[in-house]
Amino acid sequence: MSYSNKVIDHYNNPRNVGSMDKTSAEVGTGLVGAPECGDVMKLQIKVNPATNVIEDAKFKTFGCGSAIASSSLATEWVKGKTIDEALAIKNTEIVKELSLPPVKIHCSVLAEDAIRAAIGDWKKKQSASTPVPVEAKA
Amino acid sequence: MATEVTTLVEETSAVKPNGGVTLPIYMDNHATTPVDPRVLEEMLPYFTGKFGNAASRNHSFGWAGEEAVETARERIAKLIGATTKEIVFTSGATESDNLAIKGVAEMYREKGNHIITAVTEHKAVLDTCKRLEKYGYRVTYLPVQKDGLVDLDDLKRAIDDKTILVTIMAANNEIGVLQPIAEIGKLCHEKGVIFHTDATQAVGKVPIDVVKQNLDLVSISAHKMYGPKGVGALYVRRKGPRVQLSPIIDGGGHERGMRSGTLNVPGIAGLGKACAICDEEMPQESRRLAGLRDRLRDKIMSGLDEVYINGTMEHRLPQNLNISFAYVEGESLLMGINDIAVSSGSACTSATLEPSYVLKALGTGDDLAHSSIRFGLGRFNTDAEVDYVADRVIETVSRLRELSPLYEMAKEGIDLKSVKWAAE
Repeated sequence: MSYSNKVIDHYNNPRNVGSMDKTSAEVGTGLVGAPECGDVMKLQIKVNPATNVIEDAKFKTFGCGSAIASSSLATEWVKGKTIDEALAIKNTEIVKELSLPPVKIHCSVLAEDAIRAAIGDWKKKQSASTPVPVEAKA
Repeated sequence: MATEVTTLVEETSAVKPNGGVTLPIYMDNHATTPVDPRVLEEMLPYFTGKFGNAASRNHSFGWAGEEAVETARERIAKLIGATTKEIVFTSGATESDNLAIKGVAEMYREKGNHIITAVTEHKAVLDTCKRLEKYGYRVTYLPVQKDGLVDLDDLKRAIDDKTILVTIMAANNEIGVLQPIAEIGKLCHEKGVIFHTDATQAVGKVPIDVVKQNLDLVSISAHKMYGPKGVGALYVRRKGPRVQLSPIIDGGGHERGMRSGTLNVPGIAGLGKACAICDEEMPQESRRLAGLRDRLRDKIMSGLDEVYINGTMEHRLPQNLNISFAYVEGESLLMGINDIAVSSGSACTSATLEPSYVLKALGTGDDLAHSSIRFGLGRFNTDAEVDYVADRVIETVSRLRELSPLYEMAKEGIDLKSVKWAAE
């Protein structure tokens, strides 16, 4: 089992490692996977409520090198994107970028799930705390 | 194990200023061992000058081959307290396991159809038993206790009047625990049941004596004890009781009809020499290895919290250490210590994401099974290598824990078992 150079790079120099205050209204947290499965990803985003742009992203991952790389890459990609742009990120793009072999595709799926879960959490906070529902912006 | 880091020493070997150790370090001696130079020296003449077929009875080339084979037979027999006529050469322990189990199953079919084994056996035993189930045999898979050992009372209860064979390994290949084979042998002989033990990891490492331990069939492999790959042996008891086997390979009737096929003379000579060296060096070498192993364990455990040893330390191969590093996934740990060859009980490469069945059988949670590393020390490991490995492991586990959401949650006081995980 050999890893691509990009996976090795993300593993050795993971981008955006860390945690943000999960109680903040601006922060959305996604926690996906399960310890029994050997993969757990926590991905957090900080969103500007005025522009819906993801201004910061952080992650922590328990998992193999490909799982660490997939989530590290996901934080790089979502930063600077709007919520809708971030939702459009597909796991297949992560597979391609990191040259993941078939047995590691689940790592990319988990990273996509983590993005969606973080955005979902942020949206839930918005609808709960702000008088203007998110949908009303459309 | 599903995930094995293999490093080609010849390609990447280079002396580096890492406390005087040469990288990469090989510490996966349960997977295989290098051939001892003394073993290689013993083998070499039989490839070229003394290349004869050991079954050629009418010229000096054949006699030289036969002599090498008989010398090897004596050396193996001596190591395990057997007689030369009880040693059958095979291609390795997998074949020996197959021959022992299928050979007994067919030969004693009229007597019974029940076989007893344990859930932590090697696949060479488990899958052989599974195949026999398809042919109408009944197999009992004994559980193991938390320490990795079978409960003799469970075994006693499992034996019935149709039981023809008990097959329980001597030493486990993942966690190194030593099953109570002498007690099992005694029990089997009392009940008139044949006892096979897969002693692949044990022969040459810890004392094996077929008489004292009441063993009827013993699988042996050369490449786990500094011999070559592709050669092994099966001990087959000749009296008290005499064990008969149906062959699984038919042909020229070599090895008393139990295993046809031209003998691998250089390999067999190597196996013999490997046994002779182990026989001579075992007392001091096992003490040395236990010292290295305990040094590794103590250093790691003093540098990290929440590390757990899998399997009993009391009944264990001196060279084995199997540790779970909580909150860190095994494969990512291997990636971080890629200048050290060890193996992981995590199987993140498989579609099912199933961790080691051996660790699961001990009751180790799947999370900790995914976090396990097997260290297999060997003849050529040194104190300096152990120190280097311990430091690298501590450093990498610490780094990965900083990256682990589970470690963070545990430090916040969250009980991970109480979390409702959103699986993918």
